[in-house]
Amino acid sequence: MGSLNIENVKKAFGPVEVLKGINLEVTDGEFVVFVGPSGCGKSTLLRVIAGLEDSTSGRVVIDGADVSATPPAKRGIAMVFQTYALYPHLTVKNNMGLGLKQAGTPAAEIERRIGIASSMLSLEPYLERRPAELSGGQRQRVAIGRAVVREPKLFLFDEPLSNLDAALRVNTRLEIAQLHRRLKATMIYVTHDQVEAMTLADKIVVLNAGRIEQIGGPMELYNSPANEFVAGFIGSPKMNFVDGARLGETAKTIGVRPEHLTVDPKSGAWKGTVVHAEHLGADTNLYLDCEKAGLITVRIFGVYDAEPGATLYATPDPAKTYRFGADGKVLK
Amino acid sequence: MSTATRSLPRTIGAHAILLTYTAIALFPVILVIMNSFKSRAGIFGAPLTPPTPKTFDLIGYTTVIGQGDFIHYFQNSLVVTVASLFFVLLFGAMAAFALSEYRFRGNTLMGLYLALGIMIPIRLGTVAILQLMVASGLVNTLTALILVYTAQGLPLAVFILSEFMKQVSDDLKNAGRIDGLSEYTIFFRLVLPLVRPSMATVAVFTMIPIWNDLWFPLILAPSEETKTVTLGAQLFLGQFVTNWNAILAALSLAIMPVLILYAIFSRQLIRGITSGAVK
Repeated sequence: MGSLNIENVKKAFGPVEVLKGINLEVTDGEFVVFVGPSGCGKSTLLRVIAGLEDSTSGRVVIDGADVSATPPAKRGIAMVFQTYALYPHLTVKNNMGLGLKQAGTPAAEIERRIGIASSMLSLEPYLERRPAELSGGQRQRVAIGRAVVREPKLFLFDEPLSNLDAALRVNTRLEIAQLHRRLKATMIYVTHDQVEAMTLADKIVVLNAGRIEQIGGPMELYNSPANEFVAGFIGSPKMNFVDGARLGETAKTIGVRPEHLTVDPKSGAWKGTVVHAEHLGADTNLYLDCEKAGLITVRIFGVYDAEPGATLYATPDPAKTYRFGADGKVLK
Repeated sequence: MSTATRSLPRTIGAHAILLTYTAIALFPVILVIMNSFKSRAGIFGAPLTPPTPKTFDLIGYTTVIGQGDFIHYFQNSLVVTVASLFFVLLFGAMAAFALSEYRFRGNTLMGLYLALGIMIPIRLGTVAILQLMVASGLVNTLTALILVYTAQGLPLAVFILSEFMKQVSDDLKNAGRIDGLSEYTIFFRLVLPLVRPSMATVAVFTMIPIWNDLWFPLILAPSEETKTVTLGAQLFLGQFVTNWNAILAALSLAIMPVLILYAIFSRQLIRGITSGAVK
């Protein structure tokens, strides 16, 4: 229970094609994250799965049943929204129970499920409050609780952490990860934040301009990106891209991650001047303006003292250098 | 407000301007109410002075109340205003929801068409409306007035409300859909309470012209049974003799219900403004 198949789904708003043929298979119990820059179609894809938006063509299959013409409430899904979307006039308890009540579930069963969900999310003290009396983090937990209570085949999360502050974001992220482990349910999660994608996902789907760029586990995407876009999108700080011709290489572009560069004050492959240094404690980010490679970022673990204006030599790790062809694909 | 943004001369200046404007705006109203409590000689002898023990007279009010039908006129006005208001808000909000929520062919055109009435005065169609009412046998009924006023109020209501409905969070409506709420429940239970302040704005703008209208009651429903207050007050306005006491008293009384309705809605207005500001 809880598998999802998306077969050649296309979506156009008038002449604008937002999804250009998406094929995806999600097996039961998987945590899949859709990630991509804004406007790449990830939210639209989620809304097509939820049934809030009709696809122009293609099929959405949940648990072997084609749901393309099924209304959202009958698809066996639950959704958590970025803006929480709690019903302002209902208490926490009624917010969580409304969906079940609409489906005609007996009151005792609703009670029981609310009890389980609220203890799981430590919401018991707030059951009689209204959303206006809760903080942002509590509201999002209620929204998650509202999804849990429905015991859906499929959980859909639409950027659930974007409205929370940094500290709460980390906490809630942890809570969602634990929830997934406990419920063993299939979850689909949309975000533009690659850190959330890397930390939560079993499988990441990288989307760009309405197409899937690559599907794979977090480490797979990090270690062997299929193309320049995925290489640039996964990893922080971003991968450095250098024009192959300037380095006398045959590849169109050479990519190397900031953490796969080493610096030395005396000798190395690329001579450059320090433009700016960011000291984060655990690591240091240096921005070097190199004669051959242009502006690059170097990430050094630990503390490294470098004044702007100083001359440094950066050397890429040859085993961890990526070569991209003119079409952006990785050259083996 | 901090002292940095406040200076005494500026405060005085602002208050002086506002007080002057208030005095100008209130002057006619106060004049009417003041003179309604005076005898005829008092009204003409010194129209600008408040009633003194010598000029104080309730003759206007006794005439108006004694003219038994006046209560009835009040009732008519109230029925027409409240019913029209109800329909304008209901249909206006429903149309606005459809225009702002659903994508369909001709959505923009339909919106423009529904808003067209803001620019074209309904009175231009009086002759046609009268013919219509005669043909459908609605002349001299309150229904005729309610229908006309509903039509008159709808364009502005649709226009204003559709702007506000667009601001209601899509996520909330979608959450309702996933929980299995019908579109009607989403509209009445989720969306309407959130646009209540804008509904109050529309209500105030719609209500006052209806209450004060003389044109349509005079043309469509001038019978004794269906007279409204404004039309009833004309009773005292004769070609040769005018009963000023009674007219002023009738007008003073006619202000009251509007004031009460306004007070109800304006509380919503203020709540809407503040809750929007701090969110």
